[in-house]
Amino acid sequence: MIQNDTLIPMLGVVTDIRIDTPDVKTFRVVSADGKGKCFEHMPGQCAMLSIPGVGEAMFSITSSPTNTEYMEFSIKKCGCLTNWLHLMDVGQQITIRGPYGNAFPVDTALKGQDLLFIAGGIGLAPLRSVINYCRHYRDRYGKIDIVYGSRSMDDLVDYKEIIDEWMNEAGVDVHLTIDRPQDGWDGHVGFVPSYVKELEFPTNKTVLLCGPPIMIKFTLQGLMEMGFSKTQVFTTMELKMKCGVGKCGRCNIGDKYVCKDGPVFRCDELGELPDEY
Amino acid sequence: MQEIISVMKEKAAKLLAEGQVRCVLGWKRGEFFYESTPAVFESAEELEELVYDDFCGPNLAKYLIRECAKEGKILVFAKPCDTYSINALIREHRVDREKLYVVGVECAGNLDVNKIRAKGLTGLVGFEDNGDTVTVKTLYGDETFEKGELLLERCLCCKGKEHKIADETIVLNEENTKTVGADRFSEVARLEEMTADERFEYWREQLSRCIRCNACRNVCPACSCIKCVFDNDDSGIASKANTDTFEENMFHIIRAFHVTGRCTDCGECSRVCPQNIPLQLLNRKFIKDYNELYGEYVSGEDSESKPPLLTFTQEDAEPSIVKERGNC
Amino acid sequence: MKKIKLSNASALFEKIAETRNLYVPTKCEHSVEFKKFGEGELTYDYVNSGRSVKDFYFPQSENIVDFKVDGKNIEILPSVEEDLDEKYVVFGVRACDAASTKILDRVFLTDPVDSFYKTRRENGIIVSLACTRPAETCFCTAFGIDPTEPDADACAWISGDYLYIECNSDKANELCAAIDSVCEDADASELTETKNNTKKILDKLPLADLPLDKISDKELKELFYSDKWLHMSEACLGCGTCTYVCPTCQCYDIREFDTGHGVKRFRCWDSCMYSDFTKMAHGNPRLTQTERFRQRFMHKLVYYPNNNEGIFGCVGCGRCVASCPVSKNIAGVIRELAKGGKAE
Repeated sequence: MIQNDTLIPMLGVVTDIRIDTPDVKTFRVVSADGKGKCFEHMPGQCAMLSIPGVGEAMFSITSSPTNTEYMEFSIKKCGCLTNWLHLMDVGQQITIRGPYGNAFPVDTALKGQDLLFIAGGIGLAPLRSVINYCRHYRDRYGKIDIVYGSRSMDDLVDYKEIIDEWMNEAGVDVHLTIDRPQDGWDGHVGFVPSYVKELEFPTNKTVLLCGPPIMIKFTLQGLMEMGFSKTQVFTTMELKMKCGVGKCGRCNIGDKYVCKDGPVFRCDELGELPDEY
Repeated sequence: MQEIISVMKEKAAKLLAEGQVRCVLGWKRGEFFYESTPAVFESAEELEELVYDDFCGPNLAKYLIRECAKEGKILVFAKPCDTYSINALIREHRVDREKLYVVGVECAGNLDVNKIRAKGLTGLVGFEDNGDTVTVKTLYGDETFEKGELLLERCLCCKGKEHKIADETIVLNEENTKTVGADRFSEVARLEEMTADERFEYWREQLSRCIRCNACRNVCPACSCIKCVFDNDDSGIASKANTDTFEENMFHIIRAFHVTGRCTDCGECSRVCPQNIPLQLLNRKFIKDYNELYGEYVSGEDSESKPPLLTFTQEDAEPSIVKERGNC
Repeated sequence: MKKIKLSNASALFEKIAETRNLYVPTKCEHSVEFKKFGEGELTYDYVNSGRSVKDFYFPQSENIVDFKVDGKNIEILPSVEEDLDEKYVVFGVRACDAASTKILDRVFLTDPVDSFYKTRRENGIIVSLACTRPAETCFCTAFGIDPTEPDADACAWISGDYLYIECNSDKANELCAAIDSVCEDADASELTETKNNTKKILDKLPLADLPLDKISDKELKELFYSDKWLHMSEACLGCGTCTYVCPTCQCYDIREFDTGHGVKRFRCWDSCMYSDFTKMAHGNPRLTQTERFRQRFMHKLVYYPNNNEGIFGCVGCGRCVASCPVSKNIAGVIRELAKGGKAE
């Protein structure tokens, strides 16, 4: 009988559910034994969540490690398991295992740098953890710029936190955009890649980029045209995973496993790998 | 054999050159004399690799589904038994007759390399066809066998040497038009003689060897679903091993049910099984049953007639009779 | 080194079987498989076992954990696998399979260690048996494996009328008492002739000259983008035969089964050849069989070596060569890729 293995999950309980957008909810999870967080993590790392009988899948941990009470997961409804998660009520137990993968290099490459976060849609989920981490240790990092775009105003994840907290913090500039004009929106309208170019950022910033593949592709292209180098850009990947520890064999891009060697990659490293993601 | 290959090559090269066909579906040699890989040839140059001999077992019919989805006409070489599968696929509208140019090729029966290995031979490096006998060359010496000893199961029960669909045929040796096939239902009859418990034991033992590689399904020309139920995440059943072995065993029985009346008994399932499960017996049991219950029907004999389970007539057997007779 | 008359070898097996479950090559209807000693006819006449030795420590299907679900509450229960703690010996493992265990060890025993694999692996003693009659499908020598000197916990040879045996690891020392009690002393030089005879055959094997150095020389991207993949994969049926008979294929799926009393979470072998292997709710990075086919061979020939000091993820056992329904196999792929060709 084996009781301790990374494949054997622990029990968590959902203590709060926030409706972010029509298809994104944020779930607050604590350990079912009442001892707070299930485990410690670093910004960018992931966890396997599951409902026995429904399925198990990998999700970014959206909350910052500096949050000592709970973990949060912002999850978009798009498949069998996520549909089920969206139907959950507070008090539902789930299983959780992790943390998995590497993290954004908050203690090395990002330290002392001006940071530019670029996110599209649910792509904010993995970046929110880093943003709040950097806000917590504000003196370790330079200026923070956040460019965040979504299809519409209603599809902006964490809107309340962005308005109430991020926008009010010194040294943090938030640039929001939506794809098409909408009543009640007086902010920028347009796609993220072109907005990034319009904003004409100085090229000494370190960039953290996450969003749909097509948005990543065009944003990266735009950044290169602006004079950024691929070595300045970090992104985070997602592929089908089963084990989370680089053994089940399916989440590889070339010789790298996203679950173990990623999910965070520097874009020049990613460029070394075959284009199969 | 050399002679027929040159005729085949010439024919195919001509049709390719004239632009009458886009590609040619045939066989290519692998690493060893007994390895024949289905291959698509698109030029006279590529056709140099075309082979046809005693080891061209693979039935090319299933590849027609993929090739027919593309533009242009396909020349397909077909052994007599392959033509049944082609007819069945036309009947089910999975391949388009208009896109096919079927060249029937004579067949003297295909050999089974596993039967050579079962003779205790290893290190197989060469082969000579002497007509009724064959000589297998190995690293440890040569040995000669009666051809009949090495035939594939399907060839032992040959359905016939007549091509059921062909735009033309290549038959160089009149001997290869004669059918010598054993009774393919004798083993089924033996199983029917068993008690239900014995039969259950027999099948549990055979099917317990299954490794769920799905080779039988993937090679089967009758298994032409765009998405198999076992590949459907929402079906609750999976195409992989389970902790519940009984559910796994059911895979083959469900599959046999699904191809009943559509299966042409081409024998590819048992040819490809890496675990040597006699899958043809399941199919033959169903064939024997519907022949007895609904009158004789040969799937693939033509490309129009409907299989018995897809038609209804007043004369059909009552369910009670089916229940009584349905012992497998 | 010790030896025992072949005609008396059962005395040795009986001794070993007194303390551990002993699995020996056993004649089955269509193949030779490892079965419990005494439960069938033992044979030495086989090129290789039908199923590879990985079944012992990476079984095709294995329970991980059980759950009981009651409304919003979930109970996590450790799964009780009856055979997990079985202490066993496998006799008759060929050199290729013995080498395959080391390849799998590098996957499952690196951090984080897979406890299931580790437990089963530690519980087993592998006794290899040197080859004397290699098949045309064998190409272990291409990977630097010597089938006359198989590397395992203990090694055995058959020469003349004798079975020779030698213990190589601390683990195998446990067998020494049993061996000493029934065997007599022997000298390695008694095996020289048999080994030399086998080596003569090895030189003649048609796949022994696979140009693997040409693969190692090439860059990952050059091989990945080779224009050969489309043609090489056109006959591939997308079945899992090659992956399931392979002693080094490691990929697994984690699935669940509703028993009616709860949920069993188990892992089972998976195949990169299957269409759902990388399929997610939002898409699939390997949409056609060409990409899946490429993945399998890139993994064995490039990805695994890149992550493991250049060691290939294949041992040349030849099972996939013998069992592919359409005769497409790693040997042909190596030859094609080695020829080079333009990247797409």
